[in-house]
Amino acid sequence: MKDLGFSISQSRTIDLDKSDLSAYRRVVEKVPSAKLCLMCGACTATCTARNHTDFNFRKVHLLFRRGQFEGLAEELDKCMLCGKCRLVCNRGVNTRAIIYNMRIILENLNYKSIK
Amino acid sequence: MMNYHPFVIPFTVGALFLFGVVFYKFYAWIAALDRKQKFMVKQNIFSFKTIRAIGEIFREALVHRNIYRKNPVLGYMHMSLAFGWFLLIVVGKIKASLYAGTFFEPPWLGIFFNFFAVDGHAFSHSEMLTFTMDFLLLIILSGLALAIIKRVKSSLLGMRKTTKHSRFDRIALSSLWFIFPLRLMAESTTASLHGNGGFLTNSVGHLIPSTIAPYAELPLWWAYSISLFVFFVALPYSRYMHIPTEVVLIFLRNWGADTGEQLSGYTDIQLNSCSRCGICIDACQLNFAAGISNVQSVYFVRDARYKTLSDEVVNNCLMCGRCSNECPVGLELTLVRQQFRNKQEIPGKFYYEYTEPVESKAGVDVIYYAGCMTHLTPSIIISMKKIFEAAGVNYWFMDEDKGVCCGRPLRQQGFIQQSKNLVIKNSRIINSARAKLLVTSCPICYKSFREEYNLNLPVMHHTEYIEGLLADGRITLNASNVTVVYHDPCELGRGANIYEQPRNILRNFSLIESNYEKENSLCCGGSLSDAILDLRLQLKIRDHALGELTKDKPDVLVTACPLCKKSFVHGNKARVMDIAEIVAGNLKVIASKKRPVRKEELQLV
Repeated sequence: MKDLGFSISQSRTIDLDKSDLSAYRRVVEKVPSAKLCLMCGACTATCTARNHTDFNFRKVHLLFRRGQFEGLAEELDKCMLCGKCRLVCNRGVNTRAIIYNMRIILENLNYKSIK
Repeated sequence: MMNYHPFVIPFTVGALFLFGVVFYKFYAWIAALDRKQKFMVKQNIFSFKTIRAIGEIFREALVHRNIYRKNPVLGYMHMSLAFGWFLLIVVGKIKASLYAGTFFEPPWLGIFFNFFAVDGHAFSHSEMLTFTMDFLLLIILSGLALAIIKRVKSSLLGMRKTTKHSRFDRIALSSLWFIFPLRLMAESTTASLHGNGGFLTNSVGHLIPSTIAPYAELPLWWAYSISLFVFFVALPYSRYMHIPTEVVLIFLRNWGADTGEQLSGYTDIQLNSCSRCGICIDACQLNFAAGISNVQSVYFVRDARYKTLSDEVVNNCLMCGRCSNECPVGLELTLVRQQFRNKQEIPGKFYYEYTEPVESKAGVDVIYYAGCMTHLTPSIIISMKKIFEAAGVNYWFMDEDKGVCCGRPLRQQGFIQQSKNLVIKNSRIINSARAKLLVTSCPICYKSFREEYNLNLPVMHHTEYIEGLLADGRITLNASNVTVVYHDPCELGRGANIYEQPRNILRNFSLIESNYEKENSLCCGGSLSDAILDLRLQLKIRDHALGELTKDKPDVLVTACPLCKKSFVHGNKARVMDIAEIVAGNLKVIASKKRPVRKEELQLV
């Protein structure tokens, strides 16, 4: 078959009734502005890490929101927390704080604060 | 037994308990100093620095010159209580020793002297000493009156907000308030019976009816002793622990102990040296511009000490350093807060392996690192390029395309290991270029390069660099009478002590001063360090700062940080420019290199 550079996506279902949505609720509690995100992708366009990889704030945000956590912790580790995304966000979402809190929740043990 | 009465027992027990607990705590903290701090102590303990420390203890712990400078009434209040009580103990001891004829009289004799010395048996200088004791007591009581006024209405003493106290503090505070009035009453009652008082106690004694005095004398001395007992027992667990701890802190600081990256005994010493005066509350922009008054350093230190720290208190901070600057004890509050933000590391994990290696360009004199934030304010980059060209500098723009972050934003959020990974990546690129100078446009990167990196070349922020170019005559500016106000970015001013360089550059314009200059400068609110602050409140901080800075209606508000510029630009109050922009806009263009002038620049020239 001729390679057209794209293929048919596998069909998949995201059953929100079976997903764990509590983690995202915890993020929203910490960063209420998360609800304002309309997934425009301005953050991704300016991202320092995106310049090197396929790291995508919009994508990790959406996956986390739906409770699809596989491989997400490693993906989040690509972020350098530089904060550019927060400054370009036209909705005033504290994207950096969202990443910070998602990291803390996903790698709870690893990222425990020393107290 | 002579010179003994059962009422001295509470005092003696309390004092023994106090010394036991304080010395145990000191031992534990000093044992928990990290290796570097212990080394500094060993290195400097027998040096001139120890003598300097003793001088500082006298100046700061007893007289507290620092508080005097900030608020004379508060300074008097502290001095009358601290220095007054200290002298009362010293003079009391001298008096007791002279009376008993030996240096080794019982320790309570000096404290309860007037009760025991009623036989009128004279000793040398007794009148002068009695006068001194009464005078000191009067001074202390006047300080106490101020303290009570401060608690009831802090604004009378020039403080907008005073600290809310914990239970132990309240117990200690109440007993402290009782000690001196009770001492006055007890001494006066004895004076009315035996006439052994000074000008103050005799006069008050005359007011006490002679029918009551014999029955009131002993209960009053008991009450005085018990209030001392309560104060001594509560002291190690209350804010008054700062009295003994500050002495240790001053010694360690003079010996060169460094707060360091991880928690150590020195952290505990700093936490316990906080007197909870609350000066940091008034200094904090979260308080006076955003109305948050439960996360300030005083509460952070208190919660950290009692191990009740919440995430909000640790993380809701702009890390601007205004509180450390105001702190009369000189605590490194921002660094201590940073220690509590630090996360446990995942051993051996290496992050950011994905970044593509940047080939460093050989044979250049200057490396220019703009920084992530500067890429959001391209006008700064354009201006810097223009300045480099005008000065004929052979430079390399290191992060023009695939740059990585300097690592400081990660560090401020406590991800030390990840931050170090980025430091290694950038160091490799910078060091292999073998250039002569690294110039950066972002104060965050600048501080990071200076403190975290081990580079083979000096680092300059562009304010320093441009100042040097102007001083060497490599670039010259057109005369201009544009009025400018300079805003000191936190990381560049309080963070890296760069105050004069930008002002030297701006002398080419008409520089006007705001009310928030240098160490007192405000944060723009855009700080990356606060991952909690709501956007609405952040904008409140920005608008307050912007309002203060543009009070005198300057033509341009100049700053030296892309983040500050970005914050202020959206406030729409004044034209905001980075210092590189205003310099580039006024460069004296050499005829051969003439280029079309942009419209905005014309307004400035």
